[in-house]
Amino acid sequence: MTTAMVEARGVRKNFGVIEILKGIDLRVEKGSVTCLIGPSGSGKTTFLRCINHLEKVDAGRLYVDEHLVGYTERNGKLYEMKERQTARSRLNAGMVFQRFNLFPHMTVLENIVEAPVHVLGRPRREVVVEAQVLLDRVGLGNRGHSYPQELSGGQQQRIAIARALAMKPKLMLFDEPTSALDPELVGEVLDVMKSLAEAGMTMVVVTHELGFARQVADQVVFMDGGVVVESGPPEQVLGSPRHERTKAFLSKVL
Amino acid sequence: MQQQPSQPDTKEPAAAASGDSIPVVPLRHPVRLVLAVVLILVALSAAWDVAVNERYRWDVVVSYLFAPQIIAGAGLTIVLTVVSMTVGIALGTLLAIMRLSDNPILSTISRGYIWFFRGTPLLVQLIFWYNIAALYPVIAFGLPFGGPSLVLGSANVLISPLGAALLGLSLNEAAYMAEIIRGGIGSVDKGQYDAARALGMSGGKLMKRVILPQAMRVVLPPTGNQVISMLKGTSLVSVLAISDLLYSAQIIYANNYQTIPLLIVASLWYLLMTTVLSFFQNKLERRYGRGFDSAPRRTRKPKTRTA
Repeated sequence: MTTAMVEARGVRKNFGVIEILKGIDLRVEKGSVTCLIGPSGSGKTTFLRCINHLEKVDAGRLYVDEHLVGYTERNGKLYEMKERQTARSRLNAGMVFQRFNLFPHMTVLENIVEAPVHVLGRPRREVVVEAQVLLDRVGLGNRGHSYPQELSGGQQQRIAIARALAMKPKLMLFDEPTSALDPELVGEVLDVMKSLAEAGMTMVVVTHELGFARQVADQVVFMDGGVVVESGPPEQVLGSPRHERTKAFLSKVL
Repeated sequence: MQQQPSQPDTKEPAAAASGDSIPVVPLRHPVRLVLAVVLILVALSAAWDVAVNERYRWDVVVSYLFAPQIIAGAGLTIVLTVVSMTVGIALGTLLAIMRLSDNPILSTISRGYIWFFRGTPLLVQLIFWYNIAALYPVIAFGLPFGGPSLVLGSANVLISPLGAALLGLSLNEAAYMAEIIRGGIGSVDKGQYDAARALGMSGGKLMKRVILPQAMRVVLPPTGNQVISMLKGTSLVSVLAISDLLYSAQIIYANNYQTIPLLIVASLWYLLMTTVLSFFQNKLERRYGRGFDSAPRRTRKPKTRTA
């Protein structure tokens, strides 16, 4: 049996009195692609942010590469990690955001080089060479010296993917990566993601692109109201859903 | 005057854009023209009057413009400004970060500091520090509640008039800078924190590499204002008998009764210094505006002209 890259057991999350996640159980196998779908407010994005501890898990356990996220377990108690320790553990996962969140005061190349140099402490010259390879890979080899604002949304998102990859993560998290894009720019970002999946990267993708999910995902997870309603291979969840809520959602989206 | 050569340029693309060669007559502004002429005449006559009115005593202005006391006073004004702004910005950054902290005690302390130092007049604070020896004749560091202490010496010796001036100006400035920097930090998109954290950054590195450089863009214009008002605000220390630019001028006119010419001398120096400062402010703003608005603005300019 393969070991899981992400394993969630009864993960809960509250914002004040509102319960966003009501016990999520989920396994993401190494080298697989999981797409999280569901209506807005269903907790998909919150769960994704929990995976690299941008949100604190309130109850349950979440493992990334067999390490507990955000806590250390000792003598039957969970101790919250120090900020620096949490920051270290986040290095396992690269994250891509809906609104790109590139650093606007840096050029494209500086955006990619920033974390490997200033977080990992690697030599700049070496990282710049790798960054150029990554830029070529996302098809923007000649834009290294542009500022993010000079690029289209699709280009910015591809840079954001390159920036995350520069940290050599074991896992990539995508939070609605194409939702803020003009329709004609969606394809170029999905293409980069597809090639990443083909190269064997473990990916968790929150998306509304059901076509992408059908084509690329190994597992589709339908969430609603803070729970996983159903999950399975795309042809099953998207093709012949068993639950009424899934059917209702799919009929609205398609 | 300068607009004339550019006008044919702007007309041509407009005609070309419309696809045929119908001549375009730009809207005329006769009222503007008349007003401009009137204003130029008023300004010229005022300048003429200043130049020929002998009571300005331009000869005295010229003879004192580079007087050693004036130059020394200008130097001290610069020192006061640089030191107070440096301490003010450093302490202000600290106060801003405290104010934004999740720790309620830190943020309350910062809030209280800002409330007090912004809420009392700078002049009062300066005189207060000047007279601190009345409250604490001896300065000592030690344990609270009557524990042992290390006596450093008499307050009058330790806090000279210059020391009092620097303390007053710096502590006051920190309160204003704290609010400016807090505003700057608050203007940075929350997604930037997410992105930096997801890349493994935290704490000081996140602030220094990602948040503060972006806050700079918002912080710089009001900080430039602060530097300039500080430069002129240092003239308040003349009440503490510190020979800054204004006080040096005052000493001279107390002797020769040439009040107006010496105030003109001081004003000319203040003007020169603020002009130099504005120049550097411009350069800094361009430096930290990179990636935000400078580049797009450069490419957009020709477009807006033709439209």
